[in-house]
Amino acid sequence: MALDQSFVGRTYPPTAPYEVGREKIREFAAAVGDANPAYTDREAARAFGHSDVIAPLTFAFAITFKAAEQVVQDPQLGLDYSRVVHGDQKFAYRRPVRAGDRLTVTSTIETVKSLAGNDILDIRGDVHDESGELVVTAWTKLVARAAEEA
Amino acid sequence: MTAKISYVDVEVGTELPAQNFTVTRATLVRYAGASGDFNPIHWNEKFATEVGLPDVIAHGMFTMAEAARVVTDWVGDPGAVVEYGVRFTKPVVVPNDDKGALIEVSGKVAAKLDDNRVRVDLVATSGGQKVLGMSRAVVQLA
Repeated sequence: MALDQSFVGRTYPPTAPYEVGREKIREFAAAVGDANPAYTDREAARAFGHSDVIAPLTFAFAITFKAAEQVVQDPQLGLDYSRVVHGDQKFAYRRPVRAGDRLTVTSTIETVKSLAGNDILDIRGDVHDESGELVVTAWTKLVARAAEEA
Repeated sequence: MTAKISYVDVEVGTELPAQNFTVTRATLVRYAGASGDFNPIHWNEKFATEVGLPDVIAHGMFTMAEAARVVTDWVGDPGAVVEYGVRFTKPVVVPNDDKGALIEVSGKVAAKLDDNRVRVDLVATSGGQKVLGMSRAVVQLA
């Protein structure tokens, strides 16, 4: 099914704040096996010039993808979520995510297109801190694979 | 930000230390919990094969996190990475055994940019297949 093109450019309201926890960062770093002390040791993070421990580069995805779910599961859009695969992922950081941040995500649909029966959706998530400063922007490309012929 | 690598010390073509990462079913369960991504294609073989996959596959974001380590271990401060993007070209298939799958990642400096920044291009393969494409990081060096 072709996606509803009128969704291009649509921006969703910001999410409720997500508070970045020190132990959540530690758990995430351990899960990816990353022993960089900047994630777990405040003094090491400070030696790098950060005010507190920082999160691994891909940590923000957990927050932005949760925000994107309100987009992809919007029945009006017509995306078959059971056929969705992650195509591309990109982050641009103004500063690292760090413990104590209270982050909100504003999701915008940048592209809606169909290519060879695949539905393609580009969603941008702008992540702001409590003071309204941009921290990181995440771009997620989702591809709903064409349904097989019956 | 305090990168331990100086801009003047790198050239286009400078290679970053390559690394191999092992991923087993247990790794995926742990990552699912930490990331909140509980999609059953990452832990349930029956579900994965029913939707047309060869077996359980790793989270793309897990592979992206591993590949990043080649850059962050090189530069020291993960905060020195100002951009990072990948394309998920092939899934990392993770068999139900003790060995799991191996993700092999290498990287090199592809361009020297303004303001002491460099672009690093990464290559990630598993089982001889390229699993990440267009895998690039922009890094702020000292």
